[in-house]
Amino acid sequence: MSALRAVKANARPFFQRHSAGELKEALRKMYLIRRFEEGAEEAYMRGLIHGTMHLSIGQEASAVGSTMALRNTDYITSTHRGHGHCIGKGADPKLMFAEFFGKEEGYCRGRGGSMHIADVATGNLGANGIVGGGLPIAVGAALAIKKQKRDDVAMCFFGDGASNEGAFHEALNMAAVWKLPVIFVCENNKYGMSVSTERSMAVANVADRAPAYGMPGVIVDGNSVADVAEAIAAATERARKGEGPTLVECKTYRTRGHSRSDRNRYRTKEEIDEWKAKDPIPLFEAELIAHGLATEDEVTAIRISAETEITNGIEYARTGTDPDPNEVTRDVYSSGVNS
Amino acid sequence: MAVEVILPKVDMDMATGKISKWHVREGERVAKGAVLFEIETDKAAMEIEAPADGILRNVLVGEGLSAPVGSAVAYIYAEGEAVSAAAVKTEAPKTEALAPTKAAAVVQPSSSKDGEGPRATPLARRLAKEASLSLSNISGSGPRGRIVAEDVRKAAEKPVSAPAPVLAPAQPDDAIHKLYQSGSFEVQPVDGMRRTIAQRLTLSKQTVPHFYLSVTANIGKLMAARESLNASAPRDAEKKPLWRLSINDFVIKAMGRALQRVPAANVTWAGDAILRHRVSDVGVAVAVEGGLFTPVIRAVETKTLAAISQEMKALAAKARARKLVPSEYQGGTTAISNLGMFGIEEFTAIINPPHASILAVGAGVERFVPVNGQPVLATQMTCTLSCDHRAVDGAVGAELLQAFRSFIEDPLLMLA
Amino acid sequence: MSREITYAQAIQEALGQAMEADPAVFLMGEDIGVYGGAFQVTGDLVHRFGEDRVMDAPISELGQAGVAVGAALAGCKPVLEFQFSDFATLAMEQIVNQAAKLRFMLGGKVNVPLVMRFPAGSGTGAAAQHSQSLDAWLAHVPGLKVIQPSTPYDMKGMLLAAIDDPDPVMVFEHKLLYKTKGEVPEEAYRVPIGKAHVAREGSDVTIVATSIMVHKSLEAAETLAAEGIDVEVIDLRTLRPMDTATIIESVKKTTRLACVYEGVKTLGIGAEISARIAESEAFDYLDAPILRLGGAESPIPYNPVLEKAAVPQVQGIVEGLRNLVTGRT
Repeated sequence: MSALRAVKANARPFFQRHSAGELKEALRKMYLIRRFEEGAEEAYMRGLIHGTMHLSIGQEASAVGSTMALRNTDYITSTHRGHGHCIGKGADPKLMFAEFFGKEEGYCRGRGGSMHIADVATGNLGANGIVGGGLPIAVGAALAIKKQKRDDVAMCFFGDGASNEGAFHEALNMAAVWKLPVIFVCENNKYGMSVSTERSMAVANVADRAPAYGMPGVIVDGNSVADVAEAIAAATERARKGEGPTLVECKTYRTRGHSRSDRNRYRTKEEIDEWKAKDPIPLFEAELIAHGLATEDEVTAIRISAETEITNGIEYARTGTDPDPNEVTRDVYSSGVNS
Repeated sequence: MAVEVILPKVDMDMATGKISKWHVREGERVAKGAVLFEIETDKAAMEIEAPADGILRNVLVGEGLSAPVGSAVAYIYAEGEAVSAAAVKTEAPKTEALAPTKAAAVVQPSSSKDGEGPRATPLARRLAKEASLSLSNISGSGPRGRIVAEDVRKAAEKPVSAPAPVLAPAQPDDAIHKLYQSGSFEVQPVDGMRRTIAQRLTLSKQTVPHFYLSVTANIGKLMAARESLNASAPRDAEKKPLWRLSINDFVIKAMGRALQRVPAANVTWAGDAILRHRVSDVGVAVAVEGGLFTPVIRAVETKTLAAISQEMKALAAKARARKLVPSEYQGGTTAISNLGMFGIEEFTAIINPPHASILAVGAGVERFVPVNGQPVLATQMTCTLSCDHRAVDGAVGAELLQAFRSFIEDPLLMLA
Repeated sequence: MSREITYAQAIQEALGQAMEADPAVFLMGEDIGVYGGAFQVTGDLVHRFGEDRVMDAPISELGQAGVAVGAALAGCKPVLEFQFSDFATLAMEQIVNQAAKLRFMLGGKVNVPLVMRFPAGSGTGAAAQHSQSLDAWLAHVPGLKVIQPSTPYDMKGMLLAAIDDPDPVMVFEHKLLYKTKGEVPEEAYRVPIGKAHVAREGSDVTIVATSIMVHKSLEAAETLAAEGIDVEVIDLRTLRPMDTATIIESVKKTTRLACVYEGVKTLGIGAEISARIAESEAFDYLDAPILRLGGAESPIPYNPVLEKAAVPQVQGIVEGLRNLVTGRT
């Protein structure tokens, strides 16, 4: 801990720019994400949640670091591994749980589930089950922002795998051509399901692709909230000023498998352990304590408060309202039209 | 809505049918698919299944009475459904027989499938139902005889003749009665089978130009072969032989092979065409109480003697029980009539249309025949072939009979 | 005030009036700016509304479709022009997985008010990849509305209705219709989506036709009228949601039904119409089998004779209907 403190304790703009309250809130969100996913995983294993889910345990720094400075009027588009983005953008975990449990109280009234979790009120236009599906949508939202002469931004989360989809290239090109306020946040967790970036890309970094479209490509330590947030702050500022899009590549790692059916055959236990040692949550805690922005007791209190909220959230969701099977076609159209 | 029970058409040239037996009495419950009544058609008896679940009511045609094809014979009501007796019984049954010409004028609607209703459009079905018309009585003007709405409308415009149950025994000819002293005879009503036999054979003898060819065959080898085959028949679990071939089985087989050898004789006269048949379907006359049936053994040339024998036994049993279905007695190009068991040495038979010939088979008779100038005892059988001269000329008939004799005299040839 | 203008002009007029009325409306597509659109539909709109509202986009159909979805989610009303409807295949992901489903997946909490315009159909010699009629593909997707106006009047009114609509509307425009003329009021008006139109009343047989096949069917109806066969022609106008009631009423009257459409016959819109009639009360009014006249089971060929042979033509409609009514089928 003391070595870490020595490395990180040097004044960084991130720790000056944000108040202690904001930073503790960021830590709390990281805990919420972690405990939310652990709770969801447990509920899944108990058979309370069906379908599948993609956990982002280990990637909380990029989710929180990217979203902590966004406004409610800023948009995000998210991915299949989107629980962190959703909480980062301000969603209420109990309504997320309600969605996971398929209840009417859920964010998508039980119609979307984990893979389509969204909270339109906080600007989250939705997770997406299609790899790369959210990229052009974020560009479109940014186009709307520009047309409406707002200084908001559209943040587009995607993975290393999505950068091999045609939609990525079309989206980056259009965002750059039209100088749109988009922040492309690549969460590079090294694997597109089981295929490593080394096996699927001939360039070393996703960020290397950005200059080809005429936009900056920045690489950061995705497990460091400060690193991520500083890069995002610069990109956001650029976007709000109308200078166009930026791609920020967060090098990170998911310590769980791709989805619930992953047997981890494509990576070694040593590699997983190596990344577990770089867990972003204790890292951020240590930094807050080192900067004198939080005490050990405060950190413990934050963790317990997050845990309590998650426990209550699951309880809320379990007792929610099941949808009426007669309403299967509700919300397909706006005006009750059918077929 | 009560379900109409109609007298179904079960045979191709059937215009009326007689209900020989009701299996369910008026007021009794009946299950869909259960046997409701039996009809005696012109040729056979058929069991008719109930078209719906419910209670049988308004039985319009009693046992022993006939009705035209397609007419209502009763109704099946749902449990608790009000019986609209008035609707179905207002018209007094007419007693005059349905004129044959009228029946013949009904264009037979083609069926979509054997045994199912006539082909009709949904609209035609609905209109017919609304007008209480039976589709079976309406001729279809559409493709493949499909009944369309216009056909139903035309049918509806015709004066409605209520399905008139007909008293089965047609009035006997008074003039004939008067030739005999009253009380010296019993009047036996003519049933459907008898009437059909009368009509068909009259028609045959009057319209089919018959000529006759006779041949006498030695059947020594045949009898030896029969004895040997029967002696060596495998036994089943009850030690009964699996077959017991009759001489007639050999005759059927020989005729089947002969027709293959002389295809010009394997024909039927069809007015403006002669149908040349590929397989040998051979009818066999079976005497039954009050008449006869001619079930057909199909593709005789492909069947073993044992198979023919078995099939013949089954068909004869069904014929005697009057349970033959049309597919078992329709078609064929020839028939065999064997009166050998009565000691008849030779006779001629009337062709059973649409066959082109019929073979009258006499009894096996022991005779001395000259062999190299010496009398030798031989068993002989005389067969007479009646031919329809419209389709089969003398030489062709002779060829057929010659081929037949060669198989009969040397049954091993049938194996070739 | 009404005057004759072309189908293409009707589209342009609707687009112009929609943009005048609502600043949220903008156009996007390939070569729709100074070029005026591949079929000169947008024409000089760029000069009236500027490049920000008549946006030339990179040749990125998938990207453009996604941009339209995103902009719609964020409060705009994008109208996207595909250069050819065939290119919808490039954008299927965004059309089918995103535009159609977002409202539903998000529990009804968003709308996706976008319009996509698809120049469709054969007859221009553009061969297999520029001549398809893929309307039934998209009509298969719940969440999309699919319209196929056949006249300049309907085109203008339905396009304005489509732009008003809170849900994604796919507009299929037959390329051979662009130069056809018709009476169109100058003012903005709406023709409702989801309502079929009886283009010709008749008593002997109902044709349900789409797009250019409405005109071919009307022409066939004139020929048949001379033979004493009175044809009712229904212009379906909207594939989804389909106005089944109008078809049922017509079939109950005429007792016969034919479906005439340019898309591939098998599993096409005719199959759906036939099935709906077979399932409906109109079944008991049918006095003939239902007839489908659709596109051949082949891609659209280049050779002009083959190209014509691949889709229903007037003569074929006349013969098909004649056989249907005179009971030869």
